Amino acid sequence: MRTLYVLPVGTVPAQILDWIDEVAAEWFPMPTQRLAMIAVPAEAYDKTRAQYQSVELMKAVTRNAPADATRVLGITEADLAIPTLTFLFGQAQLDGLVALVSLARLRQEFYGLEADEGLLRERLVKEVLHEMGHTFGLTHCHDPKCVMSLATHVGLVDRKDQSYCMNCGIRIARRAASLDGETQ
Amino acid sequence: MKRVWPILVVDDEEVMSESMAAWLREDGYRVDTAPNGQKAVELAKTTDYAICFVDLKMPGMDGIETMMEIHRSRPDASIIIITAYATVDTAIQAMKEGAQEYVVKPCHPQEISIMVSRILKLKKLQSENVILRKKISRKYHHRDIITKNPKMEEILALTKEIAVHRSTVLICGESGTGKELVARAIHYAGDRADKPFVTVSCAALTETLLESELFGHEKGSFTGAAGQTKGKFELADGGTIFLDEIGDISPKLQADLLRVLQERRFYRVGGAQEVVVDVRVIAATNKNLAEEVQQGRFRDDLYYRLNVIEIRLPALRERREDIPLLAEHFVEKIASELGKDVSGISGDALKTLIGYDWPGNVRELENVIERAIVTSHNGTLEQEDFVWLNQRGGGTQQAWDVPDVPLNELERRAIIAVLERKKGNVKEAAASLGIDRSTLYDKLKRYEIAH
Repeated sequence: MRTLYVLPVGTVPAQILDWIDEVAAEWFPMPTQRLAMIAVPAEAYDKTRAQYQSVELMKAVTRNAPADATRVLGITEADLAIPTLTFLFGQAQLDGLVALVSLARLRQEFYGLEADEGLLRERLVKEVLHEMGHTFGLTHCHDPKCVMSLATHVGLVDRKDQSYCMNCGIRIARRAASLDGETQ
Repeated sequence: MKRVWPILVVDDEEVMSESMAAWLREDGYRVDTAPNGQKAVELAKTTDYAICFVDLKMPGMDGIETMMEIHRSRPDASIIIITAYATVDTAIQAMKEGAQEYVVKPCHPQEISIMVSRILKLKKLQSENVILRKKISRKYHHRDIITKNPKMEEILALTKEIAVHRSTVLICGESGTGKELVARAIHYAGDRADKPFVTVSCAALTETLLESELFGHEKGSFTGAAGQTKGKFELADGGTIFLDEIGDISPKLQADLLRVLQERRFYRVGGAQEVVVDVRVIAATNKNLAEEVQQGRFRDDLYYRLNVIEIRLPALRERREDIPLLAEHFVEKIASELGKDVSGISGDALKTLIGYDWPGNVRELENVIERAIVTSHNGTLEQEDFVWLNQRGGGTQQAWDVPDVPLNELERRAIIAVLERKKGNVKEAAASLGIDRSTLYDKLKRYEIAH
């Protein structure tokens, strides 16, 4: 049975997990199943930057992937970064098992603005579709409206539609249809 | 299909190189990683990386050394040096040694994204440029000069020999004998082939315009000179300049040109700073320059400067054995360009072509074949497709009423009549008169015909 597992890394509001269930049900041909929260790994914290090294969180999600997982989506409030770049909205294994989305920079509060639940849901949907798209082998799309386009700041996330462009949509559907013969 | 540019990330910390590689892979690039300089140099020997991200501080071989070693085998690889500490000194050193960019980590994702796409856009243009230059150079290859005439074969052998030198060449020959084709063959057979080949038609422009065309001008040097503009000599730097109809330039320009040929330097019009260029000059004329010198119309010192190597192209009527070869070549070329199903020329038609005198030479032959292909309804061009040829002079003359006027007046009237018929279109009028455009301009100037 193909399954998309959702794994909170650190505390994540239940509302967020509901939204993920909804978007996954709409786009991916497999049921979602929630896993119990794991703690954010202590070694991931970078004191000088007050951020978390994304690579360490990716490792933790991979370690906690159930044996029968088709895909595992980690979700966290931690603000992610890698040594060369100041931040990441998320990360994924290209054509692989694990994707990770950070809520930190999707929230208006991060930018000193008032919380906006509607906008947070939209941004979350886009980031989940984007990182999951990478796990289905998709690379960045040149159509700025497509969720697979590269967003290097939140303004570019807001410019996207909450869906794949036709080309990326077809590729996702084809790739998902070929999942049956796959073992992880 | 999108070309996948390979990228290399070099860092002794695996977390850095792997996370960066993963981020770039999401963008669709093929990315390799190396834990040290030695491994990076080794990888660069087998893969032509478009971009290498290299960490400055690494044990053993540091970033700068790694960059220099990579550049030995891949001089075109763009190196981006990455460092945790920004100091002006290291940045300057990295750029001096050939780094394309210098990045202080951590940097904003947008910065890297813009940097990568800017470098790759440039690489794409460069590789397109190489492909186009190769195409052009193939187009003007010696084999494109079709001949079995011993004199032409001698000329072709000579052009190959002189292609590698910088000596000035003077090509003489009637209009339409292929002077520019020979000039291009010389340029594209030599080591200047990947540099520009710039053509200037000296007869088409007035003295002031030609001066500015050749040497460029500074802003405000004359009415309408809006900004600094490079002249053809500057544009041809490293390559070849082809000065067509050199016999038509004014005494002042003859003096200027002599100076450029002697010193390889000149001033822009209205400029105070000397411009130095490395340009091979190939000049061409349909006049007898030696005679022009004797008549005092052309400087003898310039003539001897230009005439280092002289190539005298025979008229088509002096190489009639080439007419069938050329005719068949043009039929094939023009029929395919026009999409017409014409595949050859009949024996009788060829006899007509061989018997004609071709005052406009190969260019006239090409125009005649084109006209025949356009009007023909057969798969083979027949004699009847060329009957009009002898009616327009050159071969068997038909009687026509010639007014009792000097010959140059006849020429003047003929030009006006053809220009009127062609509604002022100089290109078509020149083709119809069997002369090239620059010669027609020359005659328009001489006869003071407004057009």
